[in-house]
Amino acid sequence: MRIPRRHPARAPQARTVRSTIPRWTALISAAALLLSGCGSPEASGEPITVAIVANPQMQDAISLKEKFRAEHPDVDVRFVSLPENEARAKITASVATGGGEFDVVMISNYETSMWAANGWITNLQPYIDQTQGYDDQDFISSIKSALSYQGNMYSVPFYGESSFLVYNKELFEKAGITMPARPTWAQVQEMAARLDDSANGVSGICLRGLAGWGEVMAPLTTAMNTYGGGWFNQQWHPLLTSPKTQQAVTEYVDLVRNYGEPGPATAGYGDCLTLYSQGQAAMWYDATAMVSSVEDPASSKVAGKNGYAPAPVMDTKASGWLYSWSLAIPSTSEHKDAAWKFVSWMTDKDYIKLVGNQIGWERVPPGSRYSTYQIPEYRKISEAYARPTLAAMNAATQENTMVHPVPYQGIQFVAIPEFQDLGTRVGQQISAAIAGQISVEEALRQSQAYAEDVATVYQREDGK
Amino acid sequence: MATETPITDSSTAAGPNGSARTAGPGRRRIGSGVLTLFTWLVALVFFLPVLWMVLSSFKQEADASSNPPTFFFVPTLDQYSEVLASGVGSYFLNSIIATAISTLFVLVLAVPAAYAVSIRPVEKTQDVLFFFISTRMLPVVAVIVPIYVIAGRLGVLDNIWTLVFLYTAMNLPLAVWMMRSFFQEVPREVLEAAQMDGASLLTTMQRILLPMVAPGVAATALLCVIFAWNEFFLALILTAVNAATVPVMIVSNMTSEGLFLAKLSAASVLASLPVIIAGWIAQKQLVRGLSMGAIK
Repeated sequence: MRIPRRHPARAPQARTVRSTIPRWTALISAAALLLSGCGSPEASGEPITVAIVANPQMQDAISLKEKFRAEHPDVDVRFVSLPENEARAKITASVATGGGEFDVVMISNYETSMWAANGWITNLQPYIDQTQGYDDQDFISSIKSALSYQGNMYSVPFYGESSFLVYNKELFEKAGITMPARPTWAQVQEMAARLDDSANGVSGICLRGLAGWGEVMAPLTTAMNTYGGGWFNQQWHPLLTSPKTQQAVTEYVDLVRNYGEPGPATAGYGDCLTLYSQGQAAMWYDATAMVSSVEDPASSKVAGKNGYAPAPVMDTKASGWLYSWSLAIPSTSEHKDAAWKFVSWMTDKDYIKLVGNQIGWERVPPGSRYSTYQIPEYRKISEAYARPTLAAMNAATQENTMVHPVPYQGIQFVAIPEFQDLGTRVGQQISAAIAGQISVEEALRQSQAYAEDVATVYQREDGK
Repeated sequence: MATETPITDSSTAAGPNGSARTAGPGRRRIGSGVLTLFTWLVALVFFLPVLWMVLSSFKQEADASSNPPTFFFVPTLDQYSEVLASGVGSYFLNSIIATAISTLFVLVLAVPAAYAVSIRPVEKTQDVLFFFISTRMLPVVAVIVPIYVIAGRLGVLDNIWTLVFLYTAMNLPLAVWMMRSFFQEVPREVLEAAQMDGASLLTTMQRILLPMVAPGVAATALLCVIFAWNEFFLALILTAVNAATVPVMIVSNMTSEGLFLAKLSAASVLASLPVIIAGWIAQKQLVRGLSMGAIK
């Protein structure tokens, strides 16, 4: 038989198998040793872990870590930085279940009031009141109230944004068009029709069409609000099939389909930024935060050639959204005092100056404090957009941007936990309408059904 | 013996004396040429994204996100130095630990388990096997909240051993199924012969079975390494600063505002290298194992 002959021939390999076992053990021991080393970094002080969204301004804060360390040698700060969606998933999981990995979390005005009501985050007002020189009256008032719950601030703003209409002055001059001081959606449509030059690869306007509550639904909701439509009325009855909402959505969809960017159903903030910066769109209605990229000569061909107009309106005197990335301290944190030291450092007036002097004035986090707009160096570089940004932020309240009162907080979102899912599902319907797969009526009928499911809970609560 | 049939087949297929070619020279040559061309095309289509990633990693951000795409550019190592400067060491270390140790645990557990279910099956073996694979049927997202809460209560969030444990559990069913199929190919006569020679179970495993299924072990290990190395969701949710792995590092280079494609590509290239190396090593093992086998 062959087997006995193979047996001795295999013996050396069997030895190899045996001899690798101690090697593996050594490897595991070495890895464990290394691991125990990397678990406790050499830096001393009270450790705090900060979870932030990986946007450029937040990356700047990480790069200035040593400055904080120099001022507070007793605090050892470590960062977890993730893109918006991942950060939101992770922070929500941690804060909602009391995971306790984080001492400071970056959240927005969408979460702040809900989480404050749930007792998930710490009331920062006592800390603010006790910190000398930390001027909370200097926060932009619309942002301050959006981050407050029952009169107390539960998170403090790192930066804030509203929305406005940027336009390419060169293209406007060439077409002999003047931007009105307060454009209406009808005027925007008219201008887009005249400026649209598909033959030369220039769209009349760029508008978000990508599905998602933070994508197409943000600008579209501001349009719905100013037309007198919206998500829910005061009694929590969905308004998605109301004539006003229908009119707003139909005109938005028609505008972007007829005079918008190519492939509008998949275009988000990033796509519009690329198109507009390359001079391939005459107008763009989006976040005020766009200025740092649009006015950056290194990446934008239209830097210095832009005009800024307020968000288009219909039946209200103003429009536009309000959003803020802010810092909060989860209730589970065991290092609240150290966490506040960091939070107050990163949201203080001095931090703005530190960024300006160390990194550059164009990198300053905008839209959080009035005093930022008084700094001469910042005023100089932000001449074209500082005033429109501030005006947009000041105007962004529910009273100014909505025709009817609503039973929830938020302008471009409904501050209820179900909204992330609802907004995204409705966004998918709208995207499908923009792609031409379904009609606007069909999209809104389906959206109304989704909204009715959510509304039932709140109608019942109201009835109690 | 069954072993002789493949030898006859392979000699015919190889056609060492050219007899196969004489049967239909022109048509076969064209057919094989078309097939080769098609294979190259498919390979190219699959390889293009990888090539594009490597190219983008040597671009400046503006070039990487330009439309239309830039094909000619001045290569730069800026993105690599930026990624390396942001401290990738701990991420790689965590990934190496989670991958290596979980793969080792999987093999240590899966080999005996697969031996039991294939060589010495009992009455309910099929049910056991189905139970193993059924654990893979539930999407991870459905169990992430319980896992997170349990880990939080046990105080093992942001701990690399949590990932080691979960990756072991994640890969074990697959490894048992894979190893089972390799064990099933081992003829019983070989084991009987070993028993007749007085070999104990351990000796049979070590000296007879394992060398015979070495290619299978290598293939299983490689698959476990790839799955553990690329795992993102559990790592994202369960880690923070101490235990974050390479996939978490890669996404931290993304941002919703500003350009990031070049830096992201550089991070992805760095992250892919260890898996490519592992695949290359395992490939050599696989080929050697196959050629050394007397049964296959």
